[in-house]
Amino acid sequence: MEQSAIVARFRAKAEAVSAVVSEVETMAEAVAYTVDLCVHKEACQILVSGCDESLSPVGRDLCGLKEWGKIIAAPGIDAATRELLVARAKENGISVIENGLREHLGGVDIGFTVCQYGIAETGTLVLDSVSEEVRLATMLGEIHVAVLPKNRIAPTAESIADELRRMLGRNPNYLAFITGASRTADIERVLALGVHGPLELHILLVEEA
Amino acid sequence: MHTAKTLRDYNKDIRAALDNAFLREAMDKFATAYPTGRANAFREYDVAALIAKVAEVKDQGLKRLDGLFAQFKAEAEKRGVHVHLAKDAAEANALVTRIGKEAGCRTVVKSKSMTAEETLLNHALEAEGFEVTETDLGEWIIQLRHEGPSHMVMPAIHLSRYQVADLFSQVTRQTQPTDIQRLVKVARRELRPKYAAADMGISGANFAIAETGTIGIVTNEGNARLVSTLPRVHVVLTGIDKLCATLEDALHILRVLPKNATGQAITSYVTWITGANPCAAAPNGTKEMHVIFLDNGRSALAKDPLFKQVLRCVRCGACANVCPVYRMVGGHAMGHIYIGAIGLILTYFFHGKDKAKTLAQNCINCQACKNICAAGIDLPLLIQEIRARINEEDGRPMSSALLSMAMKNRKFFHGLLRAAKFAQKPVAEGGYIRHLPEIFAKDHGFRALPAIAEVPFRDRFARLRPQVERPVKRIALFSGCVQDFVYPEQLEAALQVLGRLGVAVDFPMEQSCCGLPLSTMGEKAAAQDVARQNMAALAGDYDAIVTLCASCASHLAHGYGHLLGDSPEVQAFAAKVMPFSVFVSSLNVAPERFQQTMERATLHAPCHLCRGMGVTEEPRQLLKTAGYEYAPAELEQVCCGFGGTYSAKFPGVSENILKLKLADVARTHAETLVTECPGCVMQLRGGAIQHGHGFEVRHMAEVLAAHLKDK
Ligand code: SF4
Ligand code: SF4
Repeated sequence: MEQSAIVARFRAKAEAVSAVVSEVETMAEAVAYTVDLCVHKEACQILVSGCDESLSPVGRDLCGLKEWGKIIAAPGIDAATRELLVARAKENGISVIENGLREHLGGVDIGFTVCQYGIAETGTLVLDSVSEEVRLATMLGEIHVAVLPKNRIAPTAESIADELRRMLGRNPNYLAFITGASRTADIERVLALGVHGPLELHILLVEEA
Repeated sequence: MHTAKTLRDYNKDIRAALDNAFLREAMDKFATAYPTGRANAFREYDVAALIAKVAEVKDQGLKRLDGLFAQFKAEAEKRGVHVHLAKDAAEANALVTRIGKEAGCRTVVKSKSMTAEETLLNHALEAEGFEVTETDLGEWIIQLRHEGPSHMVMPAIHLSRYQVADLFSQVTRQTQPTDIQRLVKVARRELRPKYAAADMGISGANFAIAETGTIGIVTNEGNARLVSTLPRVHVVLTGIDKLCATLEDALHILRVLPKNATGQAITSYVTWITGANPCAAAPNGTKEMHVIFLDNGRSALAKDPLFKQVLRCVRCGACANVCPVYRMVGGHAMGHIYIGAIGLILTYFFHGKDKAKTLAQNCINCQACKNICAAGIDLPLLIQEIRARINEEDGRPMSSALLSMAMKNRKFFHGLLRAAKFAQKPVAEGGYIRHLPEIFAKDHGFRALPAIAEVPFRDRFARLRPQVERPVKRIALFSGCVQDFVYPEQLEAALQVLGRLGVAVDFPMEQSCCGLPLSTMGEKAAAQDVARQNMAALAGDYDAIVTLCASCASHLAHGYGHLLGDSPEVQAFAAKVMPFSVFVSSLNVAPERFQQTMERATLHAPCHLCRGMGVTEEPRQLLKTAGYEYAPAELEQVCCGFGGTYSAKFPGVSENILKLKLADVARTHAETLVTECPGCVMQLRGGAIQHGHGFEVRHMAEVLAAHLKDK
């Protein structure tokens, strides 16, 4: 299969599980997209009606919104991208954090990550998550924005089995396959997104990494 | 959770489930939605090949479990993981408790693990003073209600949003809405602090990959990621059957599991964990990581030539999704801890004979689960075998022993059937037993039982045998007892059809019951005996052994091989067995031979025909050739609820499956419902009369005879 066909398949499969997929030319564009998304999103989407949802006292305590303003968590990205992101976020009054995510268990606005591979068969992202901060960013972000270089999309998981095995064989390793947002159908089989992780998954297919 | 020890008590539980309107509605919706979702998910794939490969991958692994365990242990320990083997549930629970205590843990968060359900881990931990919180939404709900799961993938499928809202209102001490999206968010917010505070995380695993010492966890909610990330200790509890050799093995299973479970191409998250990962909450910055493999009888099972296949199970839950019994009663009445067809089997091995005894009876042998199983397990056969084992261990119930004794001797058995004709005289009316003895009346009154015929077919054959000059084929007719003694007219119709089509028919008098009822009752020795008698009786030089009974056909063709071993003799016998419609189709009769009235007819595909024999197209074509308008029913291939002795044991379930079926047939507006099994005719015709449906129920032979012209 041509790479363009593989990319198209990836896109179709990811969109089928309600991921929002866009194509961008450069990392700078990806950063701009992310900050823009953060600016326009509501402050706290987990709560349907802001911070006065009926919760037990402990549930309420975790909400750190008032102290921090909006936050983008972007652990494990290269220095150049980080510089772009911080500059752009600052202009818009948004904080960027790289670590210490345990302080934000109530949630952050966006988790921003760069993925190692994509799997077209199922529209799946492959993300090396050895870093605890990466794991938390992809779970605590109300929106997960994942950047994926187009040339890293493989037709099937088997077609990159050797690369995956090499990653798995590292000591230690924590590898995540992510396909769409966190979901449940545990109450009356009705689909609900964002049960423990992100409400939305945005995938940015980037031309050059 | 099934605990009833007697059929009587069990039927009480079942009655309660049948009367639970929400449950019935939820099950109905699910049963209707599931097949479509699954079909979509597999659309681009060759499902049979995928399933065969899952079976092969699992079988390869099961052959060398010890080796895989040793390899996993070495690879994982190299990477700082503690690997344990627990011989039973108590040992597994003790290990988790010890790990928790030694690490000074008090609070625990769990992600879903059927293995932990199997060992009743929560009870054990709570008894030792740990505070345990389930984080999978469905598991959390049932934990709060102190219940077990009612489905392996959707544990709270038996509950409504109203029940959940009430529950969450109690937990938060605030009134909660009944809107599902909001309820989910309440759970999210309530559970988040639990992760934050937890000392220990416990998860299951779907895969344990030996080559890299990696565990794989399949989830949608992502809770396993938080459970394995936030607390400083992570304990994985999983069965040794989850071991596989390579990443590719795991990836192959992963291609099938979510599609078969929920119709998803893949779950939202698949998490692969190797070694002790970084953890900021741990004193040294590294997670304390344990993997506990539970044996609990699995390694013995892996050596059992027949039952080892149950360890192929990947816990997709599909065998419950398609089960007509599950659809009627839900998971709490169809499983102890493991649910559905596989639950009937695993309960015996993991939780003992006492828990399994009545449970294992609750299968109508419709074969739907076998057809859908992600791992190609012959579940109905194994359920029968479980009954045989329990009979062996326990001494058989009187009825089963008597029947077995009677049926070993054909003349005696047939004598009993003839005598029954006189016994029922006072209550038989127009061919139906109208009034059942009081004791049965309440539950068995749902269908009008037919009466034993005045003269059985075997006594009529000599007179009716068609005279065929130059036969195109020579066959032996196998009647089965129901047609012989209850519906001889179906066989007579077949004789007319076969005679007009130039087929020479023999009816060997030494044939007896096919023996299927004996197998379903777990009477294996008698079943073998009867099988040998029939093989001898039908040994002549015939082109085919034709039967009008789908259950007999599938038992003769497949059951005998299982009972007597697949010798060349048995294989040659089995190869000759043909269901009536398949045999008639093979004669390629032209439509001109039939009156083309275009009456509207629909089909009921007997379980043992469509799944047991894999026959679906021939009856449809035959009906069209024979001058009927074929109006397909949506539930054509769903069981009619008869299942031989099943309907007597579980009349409530049988009755409700029947109602479902009849309503579906009525929607086709057909004048005639055609099928090819006397048991199905009995059930469906009786039900149609009882409920005043306007359509007739007839055997395929009868509708063909009605339209076939003389020459
Ligand atoms: S054979 Fe039919 S009734 Fe029995 S467990 Fe399987 S699906 Fe259920
Ligand atoms: S027995 Fe088969 S269908 Fe049932 S849960 Fe196991 S793999 Fe799935």
